Amino acid sequence: MDPQTIIFLSFILILSIFLGFELISKVPSTLHTPLMSGSNAISGITLVGAMVACGAAANKPLITFLAVIAIIFATINVVGGYFVTHRMLKMFKAKDKGSRKK
Amino acid sequence: MRDLIINFFYLISSVFFILGLKMLSSLKDAKKGNFISAIGMLIAIIATLISKEIVDYFWIIIGIGIGTILGIISAKKVLMTKMPQMVALLNGFGGLASLLVGWGVYYYNVNIDIFTASTIFLSILIGGITFTGSMVAWAKLDEKITGKPILFHGQMILNVSLLLAMTIIGIIFSINPSSTLILSIVLVVGSLILGVLSVIPIGGADMPVVISLLNSYSGIAACATGFVIKNNALIVSGALVGASGIILTSIMCKAMNRSLSNVLFSGFGSLKIQETSKEKKEAKSISAKDAYFVLEAAKSVVIVPGYGLAVAQAQHLVKELCDILEENDIDVKFAIHPVAGRMPGHMNVLLAEADVSYDKLVEMDDINRIIDTVDVCMVIGANDVVNTSARDDKTSPIFGMPIIEVDRAKNVFILKRSMASGFAGIDNPLFYKENTAMIFGDAKKTLSEIIEEF
Repeated sequence: MDPQTIIFLSFILILSIFLGFELISKVPSTLHTPLMSGSNAISGITLVGAMVACGAAANKPLITFLAVIAIIFATINVVGGYFVTHRMLKMFKAKDKGSRKK
Repeated sequence: MRDLIINFFYLISSVFFILGLKMLSSLKDAKKGNFISAIGMLIAIIATLISKEIVDYFWIIIGIGIGTILGIISAKKVLMTKMPQMVALLNGFGGLASLLVGWGVYYYNVNIDIFTASTIFLSILIGGITFTGSMVAWAKLDEKITGKPILFHGQMILNVSLLLAMTIIGIIFSINPSSTLILSIVLVVGSLILGVLSVIPIGGADMPVVISLLNSYSGIAACATGFVIKNNALIVSGALVGASGIILTSIMCKAMNRSLSNVLFSGFGSLKIQETSKEKKEAKSISAKDAYFVLEAAKSVVIVPGYGLAVAQAQHLVKELCDILEENDIDVKFAIHPVAGRMPGHMNVLLAEADVSYDKLVEMDDINRIIDTVDVCMVIGANDVVNTSARDDKTSPIFGMPIIEVDRAKNVFILKRSMASGFAGIDNPLFYKENTAMIFGDAKKTLSEIIEEF
């Protein structure tokens, strides 16, 4: 990898980390679980990597095998994560006294 | 050109992830946020499909098909009480995917430079630890294995030397990646073992910390994989998830007044403490009927739920009791300790499932401010988070941990199966206070008995 790419990717990494801290520093505790499962679904983005590895590895059974397993698990991570988060969020509601926010 | 288009789409999906996460931190927009982040994921996946590196779609479609079916089924079927297990499993799967991608790319590329090799090493290491660590956490949460810390002699030394050995192997691997096929297998196996070893000494009550930390790891693993395949989308989203996991971890640690290293390495909860055996203290026990008379006369009731509520699956009955009390013009609130349950926000999810409105849920600091005026505190399946020795007894291992100070309320009812101590294995002086009454039995049964009285 040439140095320029390394520097470029590192910039993205560092800035994203700071962005992440800023984004999530104030979360009401009610949302801790959905936030965790929702962000967990995002980390299933590895799926993209698995797809590239799988699609590029034609005629190499071992790599295809590893990559397909990776795709399956990453997809479970993504799909399961988003669905379960949605299920939880659907349950959160403030009723009785109108829809007063906390 | 095609690369440009793909990266443009990755940029869009990163923006969607960022907006989604932002919205996920506000109750009003959370649902929308999750949806937006899912759209972002869809965009990233479709964009990847047009990548020129992909020559064969067959296996990709098979893999995504199987994963989607399994994902939907498991997400639909899982009980809300089992949510910590679900999150642990999903975490682990993400980690496994990172490990496999890193490993696969290693086999696929013949000429790997030092930097790529070292990111492959990180991808395998962190992915592996996340995977087996999460599996152990899952097994502990699901009580497939004991929730108590598993300790043995020389554990720390073993863990540290294993990590050291892995680092050294990693360096050798990075410097000379092409000739070390066996080394990569050693790396994989070593990482998997390390994951197991690092989570088994951690007790079940500390799982909120562990799960948030593993959540963070799964993000960092995705990040490392992003470096392996030089993919911005992975780096951005991995870093976001990593950061959010770390924030949650630190919130959880603060709620227990313990440092992360204390949680990870101390084997907390394995201590056997017999301090109370010297003076035989008597706890007062009352029946559901007695409890009813006190509740009926009360003006305000605060319910403090804990892991036991989840175990007894009693959340719906609690809601029923809450409704009945309110019909009798009694003010009902729920006081929730940040580490109650087995993952961050566990109790909130359970009560939401039972249709308890979230404006009735009060955080620890707010309830402690008004707790003197509360007539009845009902502690259901919680123990350590209301243990007064955390406040009063300097010698107690949990001293300093912020608690919900239920003992300051006029009456305290404790619904509990037996006098057994809580997860931390520490006796609770609260049980012997004058204003405290124990109601022994299964929480579900006790609650329905009280409800019947009304």
